[in-house]
Amino acid sequence: MSGTFVGMPAFPKAAHEAVGNTTLRANLRHATHTIRDKRAKAVAELDDWALLREAGKQIKDHTLRHLDTYLVQLEEAVTAAGGVVHWAADADEANRIVTRLVKETGESEVVKVKSMATQEIGLNEALEAAGIAAYETDLAELIVQLGHDRPSHILVPAIHRNRGEIRDIFTKEMGAWGRPAPEGLTDTPAELAEAARLHLREKFLRAKVGISGANFMVAATGTLVVVESEGNGRMCLTLPETLISVVGIEKIVPTWRDLEVFLQTLPRSSTAERMNPYTSMWTGTSDSDGPQTFHLVLIDNGRTDTLADEVGRQALRCIRCSACLNVCPVYERAGGHAYGSVYPGPIGAILSPQLRGTASEIDASLPYASSLCGACYEVCPVAIDIPEVLVHLRERVVQGGEVTRRGAKVTLKPAKGHAGERAAMRAARWAFTHPAALATGQRLAARTRRFHPRMLPGPGRAWSATRDLPQVPAESFRDWWQRTHGSKESGK
Amino acid sequence: MRVALFLTCVNDTLYPDTGRAVVKLLTRLGVDIDFPMGQTCCGQAHYNTGYRHEAEPLARKFSDVFGEYDAIVTPSGSCGAMVRELYPRMGERARAEGRGDGLAATLAPVVPKTYELTEFLVDVLGVTDVGAYYPHTVTYHPTCHGLRSLGLGDRPYQLLRAVKGLDLKELPGAQECCGFGGTFAVKNSDVSAAMAEDKVRNAGSTGADVLCAADNSCLMHLGGTMSRLHTAMRPVHIAEILASTQEEPLS
Ligand code: SF4
Repeated sequence: MSGTFVGMPAFPKAAHEAVGNTTLRANLRHATHTIRDKRAKAVAELDDWALLREAGKQIKDHTLRHLDTYLVQLEEAVTAAGGVVHWAADADEANRIVTRLVKETGESEVVKVKSMATQEIGLNEALEAAGIAAYETDLAELIVQLGHDRPSHILVPAIHRNRGEIRDIFTKEMGAWGRPAPEGLTDTPAELAEAARLHLREKFLRAKVGISGANFMVAATGTLVVVESEGNGRMCLTLPETLISVVGIEKIVPTWRDLEVFLQTLPRSSTAERMNPYTSMWTGTSDSDGPQTFHLVLIDNGRTDTLADEVGRQALRCIRCSACLNVCPVYERAGGHAYGSVYPGPIGAILSPQLRGTASEIDASLPYASSLCGACYEVCPVAIDIPEVLVHLRERVVQGGEVTRRGAKVTLKPAKGHAGERAAMRAARWAFTHPAALATGQRLAARTRRFHPRMLPGPGRAWSATRDLPQVPAESFRDWWQRTHGSKESGK
Repeated sequence: MRVALFLTCVNDTLYPDTGRAVVKLLTRLGVDIDFPMGQTCCGQAHYNTGYRHEAEPLARKFSDVFGEYDAIVTPSGSCGAMVRELYPRMGERARAEGRGDGLAATLAPVVPKTYELTEFLVDVLGVTDVGAYYPHTVTYHPTCHGLRSLGLGDRPYQLLRAVKGLDLKELPGAQECCGFGGTFAVKNSDVSAAMAEDKVRNAGSTGADVLCAADNSCLMHLGGTMSRLHTAMRPVHIAEILASTQEEPLS
């Protein structure tokens, strides 16, 4: 399966194709506009939305500030409840731990419930390399996996596919993975869901090992929480003998009381539901019921480095509701794949360059994948000021500076390819701090205006290829003012 | 009250008509407005592209030039937002970097005195009917910084609704970004152009002959797209509509 994002081109290039693909754009537009309108209604029902948003932000900030304390508390609670906690500093270590744990069970098949953390680290590929087949059981993930595709949305990874495409994928691919699609499958939602249900049921009943993520972990009791709408997650969490949960360290909340806030804001922000249909919680193991062995793999993979950045750390508040994707005009046109990560859209644009660094082409281009319109900040249920972090990361790209990488302070050099821009910014700053020079420039532009091209040269060509430039006026405002009000003593 | 016009570098160079309209409008309303010649640019393009250190001297200069006035009026939502929202943040960052309170203290005085034009009219002068006459069908695009950073809300609509002869049409998808975003329009030109086309199409669907906004940068981007798509609609800055009267109509 071509599930990795390694070697992605820069965002503008990746977006170019999506912008030209009318089916994709129509699929995305329809899906995001429907959900954004529903979300707005669901949120408007709560009088105290602004307070809930502030509470969510503060709970997360508090937890992040004392993350070390809460993680130790969590480990103790999980261990006391019969679970085993593993710590993974990066993707490789996490993959090694999980592969070893699966191998120790003697199994060569696992069922998975939607876990972005495992996609972030490329677990499926690592398991496959070790001869272990991993089956996604979330409906949308299944579509992505069967289609040899990559997720393009946090909540609806197959958002870029329409019903006809899904039917074709099921008919063609299901047989190779297990129970084939029924004969004469149509593209009605009920038939598609039934085909997936039958296919997956067989997997659930056979699987001895389940791998999950978690939306939240409660430090006080060592409880993990998954919220979902299909019920496949619950089967995946309860039927296997061994459960391995792979979770990012920032998913922690101190107590059950804190959960209450997010159980209100998450479903409304993500699916526009008042409450999500299935909330599964598990605490270690129990003799009578559920998995008999439980492992929790806590992954860092760039998170503590992100935590060290004063402005950027707010990205770790994210509860992955995807509201920011659904209102983002750039995501709507560029599609999720262009972001080169399991985290697409506005949150991806600030999270990936922090978790992975800004060394690659795609990561250096992500902070620019936004017009800074602010719609994402407005809807975010934990008030992440995404535009603020984008600008902060742009600064890192063009000017370099000190960052934390694997716990150590390193100084980044400015990224290549910005030298012309940097010189232009400096020149503009010079002219703007010398008003007389600015006036001279304006006069020169006005005098030569008949010779101005309607197309810009160099990098500006991209702009003028699709838009016409305005004509430079014969007289700048300051010259007009000087001419008409010049006698009056005016300012400095 | 000493009122200064902060026209912005884009308007000064490319849209002097907007500046003349603000002067005409405010003079008509009895405001004695001054244009300090030392003004240049607020530093927004620098700041938003990641050149915060290049933006700092421009912000200092802004404070230096405008600090002595009681109110600073600008016909640009995004430059207004730069001063009001981002100058305090620049001060905070300088402090966080161990450079002391100097920058914050220099910039603080101008922040609360800076008003976008429609805010100044409605909040400071307390007028919504400015005595304008403009016999056209108009649709209004609330630009992102005006809408979200400054929270202009209903003010521009109140002003437009009071204009005689003006037929105001609701713009579908009004709150969506037009795709300009400064250097975004160059760096991600495909996505930017797609956003502008959708905005122009939405505006066209209202049957209006004028697309109005409180920011010439967005209007430049949309006007350029209109011209390329050969639409009959024209972009017009709200200041020019509000300045237009029966005696001295704007064509
Ligand atoms: S950044 Fe905010 S809006 Fe976006 S997915 Fe995370 S929590 Fe949701």
